[in-house]
Amino acid sequence: MPSPNNGQANPSGNGDRHENLIFWAIGFFLLMVVPFLNVLPSPDSWLHISDFALNRFGKFLAFAILALGIDLIWGYTGILSLGHGVFFGVGAYAIGMHLMLSIGTESVYGSALPDFMVWNQLKELPFFWKPFYSATFAVAAAILLPTLFAAIFGFLAFRSRIKGVYFAIITQALALSAWLVFNRNETNLGGTNGLTDFKTMLGFRLSDPGTQRTLYVVTVLCLGLAYLLCRWIIRSRAGKVLIAIRDSEPRVLFSGYSPANYKLFVFVVSAALAGLAGALYVPQVGIITPSQIGVLPSLEMVIWVAVGGRGTLIGAVIGAVGINWARSFLTNHFPDLWPFFLGGLFVAVVLLFPEGLIGVTRKLTTGSTFRWPRLSKKVPAS
Amino acid sequence: MAKDVLDLWGSLLLLLALFPIGEIAGAEEMRAAPLAAVLSRAVERALADLSHDDPEVQEAAINALTTSNGTDLLLKLEAIRANADRSLRVLIKPVIDLLKNKVKLAAHEADLRRSAAADLGGLGKPVAIPWLKEALEREQDRWVRYTMEESINLLTLSSGDPAAKAAAAAKLGELRSQNAIPSLKELAADSSGEQPAVVQAAREAIERIDVWGTWANAIETIFRGISLSSILLLMALGLAIVFGLMGVINMAHGELMMVGAYATFLTQEAFRAMLPPTVFDAYFLAALPCAFLAAALFGLVLEATVIRFLYGRPLETLLATWGVSLIFIQAARVWFGDLTSVVAPSWLSGGAQVMVGVQLPYNRLFIIGLAIICVISIYLLLFRSRVGLKVRAVMQNRNMSACLGIATRRVDAYTFAFGSGLAGLAGCALTLVGNVEPGLGQNYIVDSFMVVVTGGVGKLAGTIVASLGIGGLNKLLEPSFGAVYGKVFILLLVVLFLQRRPSGLFAIKGRHAES
Repeated sequence: MPSPNNGQANPSGNGDRHENLIFWAIGFFLLMVVPFLNVLPSPDSWLHISDFALNRFGKFLAFAILALGIDLIWGYTGILSLGHGVFFGVGAYAIGMHLMLSIGTESVYGSALPDFMVWNQLKELPFFWKPFYSATFAVAAAILLPTLFAAIFGFLAFRSRIKGVYFAIITQALALSAWLVFNRNETNLGGTNGLTDFKTMLGFRLSDPGTQRTLYVVTVLCLGLAYLLCRWIIRSRAGKVLIAIRDSEPRVLFSGYSPANYKLFVFVVSAALAGLAGALYVPQVGIITPSQIGVLPSLEMVIWVAVGGRGTLIGAVIGAVGINWARSFLTNHFPDLWPFFLGGLFVAVVLLFPEGLIGVTRKLTTGSTFRWPRLSKKVPAS
Repeated sequence: MAKDVLDLWGSLLLLLALFPIGEIAGAEEMRAAPLAAVLSRAVERALADLSHDDPEVQEAAINALTTSNGTDLLLKLEAIRANADRSLRVLIKPVIDLLKNKVKLAAHEADLRRSAAADLGGLGKPVAIPWLKEALEREQDRWVRYTMEESINLLTLSSGDPAAKAAAAAKLGELRSQNAIPSLKELAADSSGEQPAVVQAAREAIERIDVWGTWANAIETIFRGISLSSILLLMALGLAIVFGLMGVINMAHGELMMVGAYATFLTQEAFRAMLPPTVFDAYFLAALPCAFLAAALFGLVLEATVIRFLYGRPLETLLATWGVSLIFIQAARVWFGDLTSVVAPSWLSGGAQVMVGVQLPYNRLFIIGLAIICVISIYLLLFRSRVGLKVRAVMQNRNMSACLGIATRRVDAYTFAFGSGLAGLAGCALTLVGNVEPGLGQNYIVDSFMVVVTGGVGKLAGTIVASLGIGGLNKLLEPSFGAVYGKVFILLLVVLFLQRRPSGLFAIKGRHAES
């Protein structure tokens, strides 16, 4: 990973203590309170959190890790990537492949091969599946493969100064291509049905609430670490350069920095976070299909960040959890309405609340009055 | 077997005697005809011989039946067939088919004559050779003549003496007849060594036909590429103009195309419901302006409610318009359901035969023509009219144009509506080659953006070249790579291409290029 000059942490002081307090409070609540509410109160108590709810919440938190990565590259550096679903998917498939192999002969057909390979009449495990017997390899691959992938793609893109919408469109095409490839049967990745029907992880039954609780705790810890990592990056000198790139790239260039290297760095970090999110997502949800890595999911991920408040780490987390919560509520109760809601959200957040929920609360707490957007008089310079 | 059929014939004749045949056939001229005239002795005999064990007798029976006066006998046979049981029907069917096609050879429509000639070739009864030869002498149409010759030689191939066979094989090779390949292969595979000349001729013919087939395939692939390019071009033109003028990335462009497709569908339904069926085929001509206007109207509304707040912020417009597209898709799904289809008008079905083995479907030709007309009109509009002058002025220097009294906002709104209308036309064209479904636009949006990115922004020529390149490559790679890997490969190519030319094929030069 090409590391830029990692200056010392540079706490800004103003509002810092406030943020620390919130971080630890939320961390304590997620890590200590929520699991205990799952275990201790009787199922009838209103305080009780069901296994299902805990599991679902764990999934949202995995998404929050992904959102942090997107916030890093979009909110702070101003690069819109519409291909993060791919990195998420690669991480998810890496762990999914390991879990598929852990099923062993418990599968429907009782073969050591995953079921879909039996359907596809494969006799032998494809070579690239073999290393995934090792859990260590799978975890490493879940994070390093997206990193590698992002490094190559980012190198090509940033070197030739593809930026702005061009980058967004190229990454969107990347998402489309990845979706198409993962959908194919002959790539031996499960085709449209994806990977599912997992049984155990490292010898623990995935259906066991205890395993799921552990996974939840691991997810919370990873989220905390990812948050600290992102905060560290942003507060470092490199972080300042990132923000400068967002605000005026030519000036950064003329000041003697190499924006391409910084952009590559932040792209790679955010891809790694996406891979980690995918790795945590799969064992909790129990299925990964190409439909979760295509064009639309990648765009949705960007919207989580936009709704929460881009350029604020906590906003990314809130957006990811909040929208996914709304999604699971709406798709359960009003399945036809969800696309309208999501579409409306895209429009509303761009037009009315460009700074997201965080921006709105900030305005409310600082007492400035809410204003509807006016017709922007700003037009392209030329 | 033969005896059973004879019995069967006996009972059938009895049946005919009991009931006037007109009852069965419903044919006016037969009602008066006495039974004896319905089936003459000779015909009766021949019919009986049809089921004879000896193939030669059968052949002779068919010949006897078919050389008699065609139309008359055909009607009678049809009458018998309508009432006969299965085994009898199977027996007379080839006779009826032969006779039918013989009659059709003299039909007025060239298509009918041609299909009759092809059918006669396929039936494999040498008795048809003289008919075809006779018809060939009268025939004027090039492609009907071609099919007749093909059929004659096909029939000779299966029946003639070795010399005639060899000649027929050579002739078929000369004709580049794809239909002859199976029979030729059979002959070529003959290892008995009895007819070396025929085997040799067949082999040569196959080789000739194969080489021709490869070329024909290549031409059809190129044609399909061009027709896909035309649709991409119609999409990308609107996108490129809007992006160049306003810095707006319109992800809902594909959905405006969908609006055009549904407008076409609604026009079709309206024609079906309100106008007599005779003018139904004209619906497509009415649908073109309808699709354009509907999409333009939607575009105008979209511009007024969403886009105009976001000028010059392409990333924001990308997200907002994507949201709009989600709403459009879901709305279409709720109102129209998942699948509606447009019936292509009859004047666009079929195709133009340009050479042996290459038929260019009219609908695709129409799409290409539409794209060409659009490009020409856009060129005239942008570069040869006052409106276009204003648009280009705003594109180059918005503030200065405003100072000179151009209503830039209005120019923006109308340009956006025009770009949307183009997408509507693309949607209308698309109904000719595919289904109308809510997700219609999604299939094309990424490709069209690739076209815009590759072609460079705000350049007509770049968009045209890029859409030809991407569309053509898509179809070119499809046979060898498969559609999926072809697309992935194209993405790679585009990324590599942008390494050399980051702002597209025809970049705007100078300081504008740097944001």
